[in-house]
Amino acid sequence: MEERRYRSASGAPITLRRRQHSASCRELAVRCPRLQLRSLSAVTSAVWLAAYGLFVLSENSMVLSAAIFVTLIGLIVYLHFVKIDQESLLVIGSLGIQVTSSYASGKESTTFIEMSQVKDVVINEAIHMQKVIYYLCILLQDLGDPQGVSEVVPLFQSSKPRLDCLIEVYKSCQEILEQRKTAPQSS
Amino acid sequence: MVLKVFFPSCCSSAESGILIGRWISEQNSAVVLAVVHFPFIPVQVKQYLSEVQRVTKVSVSVLGSWNNSKQEKEESLSEFLEDLGTIFSHELWIQISKEGDSKFWSCSTLQKHSNNPREEEIILVYYDQRKVMLSHLHPPLDTATPTDCKADDASKLSAIFDTVAKSKVLFMTDRYDDGPIKLTHWQSDGVEASIIVELMKQVSVPVCMLLTFLLSLISGICRSRVLKFWPLSFLWSKLSTCEQLGHRLQHLQVISSNKKAQNHTQLMRKANIFVSLLIDVALGILLMSWLYRKNRIGHLADTLIPVADHVAEELQDLLQWLMGAPAGLKMNRALDQVLGRFFLYHIHLWISYIHLMSPFIEMILWYVGLSACLGLTVALSILSDIIALLTFHIYCFYVYGARLYCLKIYGLSSLWRLFRGKKWNVLRQRVDSCSYDLDQLFIGTLLFTILLFLLPTTALYYLVFTLLRLLVVFVQGLIHLLVDLIDSLPLYSIILRLCRSYRLAAGVKFRVLAQQDGKPLRLLMQINPLSYGSVVQTYRLPTYSCYPKDSWTSLCKKLFLGELIYPWKHKGEKQD
Repeated sequence: MEERRYRSASGAPITLRRRQHSASCRELAVRCPRLQLRSLSAVTSAVWLAAYGLFVLSENSMVLSAAIFVTLIGLIVYLHFVKIDQESLLVIGSLGIQVTSSYASGKESTTFIEMSQVKDVVINEAIHMQKVIYYLCILLQDLGDPQGVSEVVPLFQSSKPRLDCLIEVYKSCQEILEQRKTAPQSS
Repeated sequence: MVLKVFFPSCCSSAESGILIGRWISEQNSAVVLAVVHFPFIPVQVKQYLSEVQRVTKVSVSVLGSWNNSKQEKEESLSEFLEDLGTIFSHELWIQISKEGDSKFWSCSTLQKHSNNPREEEIILVYYDQRKVMLSHLHPPLDTATPTDCKADDASKLSAIFDTVAKSKVLFMTDRYDDGPIKLTHWQSDGVEASIIVELMKQVSVPVCMLLTFLLSLISGICRSRVLKFWPLSFLWSKLSTCEQLGHRLQHLQVISSNKKAQNHTQLMRKANIFVSLLIDVALGILLMSWLYRKNRIGHLADTLIPVADHVAEELQDLLQWLMGAPAGLKMNRALDQVLGRFFLYHIHLWISYIHLMSPFIEMILWYVGLSACLGLTVALSILSDIIALLTFHIYCFYVYGARLYCLKIYGLSSLWRLFRGKKWNVLRQRVDSCSYDLDQLFIGTLLFTILLFLLPTTALYYLVFTLLRLLVVFVQGLIHLLVDLIDSLPLYSIILRLCRSYRLAAGVKFRVLAQQDGKPLRLLMQINPLSYGSVVQTYRLPTYSCYPKDSWTSLCKKLFLGELIYPWKHKGEKQD
């Protein structure tokens, strides 16, 4: 198990953790920066100052309780649906690839793609606003056409690692994917 | 090639024996279904397996041996188990052994007819047998399997789910049965059954027969010739209550049919319809009890006539405003007066009829309110119909205004063509040039001028009544939307996803368990449930209405030309 530090596309520090469970099973996890206390307190104080201003204007104390309610609900919704803590990739040769995103509230959303559907794992570039960013994606096989690609599944969308981190992940994945080409077919 | 062994977690503490299950050679994986314990006679085991194969159509065979030694390694037992491989014919003989309470098992394979023994990696995947058996795997929505998809293209996971689901018969024997074969699987400690489910099954047969009889009576009455005469059949097709009642009748017929549901989709549909009907009737009865308490129906009837009067008064004020100088626009006085007086007389007639009916309103409402016990959707449809009946005069005004305006627009466009020396060729459906006589041109231009200067008056009346009509249509549309929502929501599927999420599977997820060097890779396979959005999309019940068939641009075009609009058309009606 090894851990290394990299930077994301926007400059935030992220860590990549690599674990080799067996010869054909590897887990790669990218951890995003945690929720900062100062941004949380900044947003909360801004909302409460605005609510206090409204209270002074309207003399209605419902505004204050509504502001507290809104802050709490907003924080819960943000932690459960928006803030991703860690994105991991579990590659099991001859079974498939599993993509997991864990949210800050502990919720995990998982997708498993079988090996027969995976055509290849590639690094692609995209033009996003004024930047060109690199992203890793899984190409899914088109059932009808052996040369075609039916779908592109982008990975690490929330942490957006830079090219150096992506190259490490790419190399690890390709080592396992190559095994299925060299292994003899059993039919 | 990597060998994958799917091992049920319930057999982890079973006594030593042999493993039976299915070998999927295309994927190089073995699905273990149960463990057969000693003592057994190999011939009887083979007989039992061939019988199971015949009933379930799953190729069950002996896969290997399972050695669970509580004390130190017993050499003789392991040799005995190896020799068993010679009795049962299977290409690959899998040997799994567990020492004491250790988590890490050793797994090895014996190739019988091979020249070069290859060292292949083994992956041990634990799965929860009961959950996998009960669950239904949903294929991804956008890639519905095409008809030319071959069997070996089918996903590996669905093969495993199918194997376990079809082997139900294998799990029916438990350890209290006195058979020659002693098995360990998820039900071997005692077959599960629920008293309530058994009772419901017994009760459902006579109830279904009674329901079918009643429904055949009702549909016979509905189809009788008496109700098919012209005024009545026109009325039935326009009232949304009748549509909703017919829809629910269809649902009841689906539930009360004697045929058992063939596959998962049909079963879910029946269950969804049943739960939806139940909730509908419960909400309807709740509404009814609220309405009839404290004589609310009486209050409602009392306020109905004053509300209708108020609406009529507002309309009269509106017409007086239009007959004067509305918004500062100057109307053609004569046409204005004619149209205004015509509509005012109409309102006067309408009010007289309402006042004529006023003594009977309370009784009618009381009996109509009783029909809310048939369901909340029926009550909402009745409300929509009452609104339609009460605003019938607005609908009439809209039709008059629209027809007048439409005639005017067609006249204007035709005379405009005459003004320019062209004509509409009906045969060729295009505009052709035409030479008119002088008197035709003179009269045409005169008429064109008259119509053009009368246009603002008609257009204003048309605009006002169209807006009123659109308001009523909007309110009715909201009610229909609510009725559709209650009709089509698959409540049973949502409750199933909430309480027993493993029954609706979108896929699987793997968790890597603790590893040890030299031992096979251990994974835990869990079921990944379907998301709520996909549940609703997959199991939606079909409804009878189709949403605005006109796009916004064609709607605007129709409004501009004065054509009548029917935005909420029902399926099965003739499309014009």
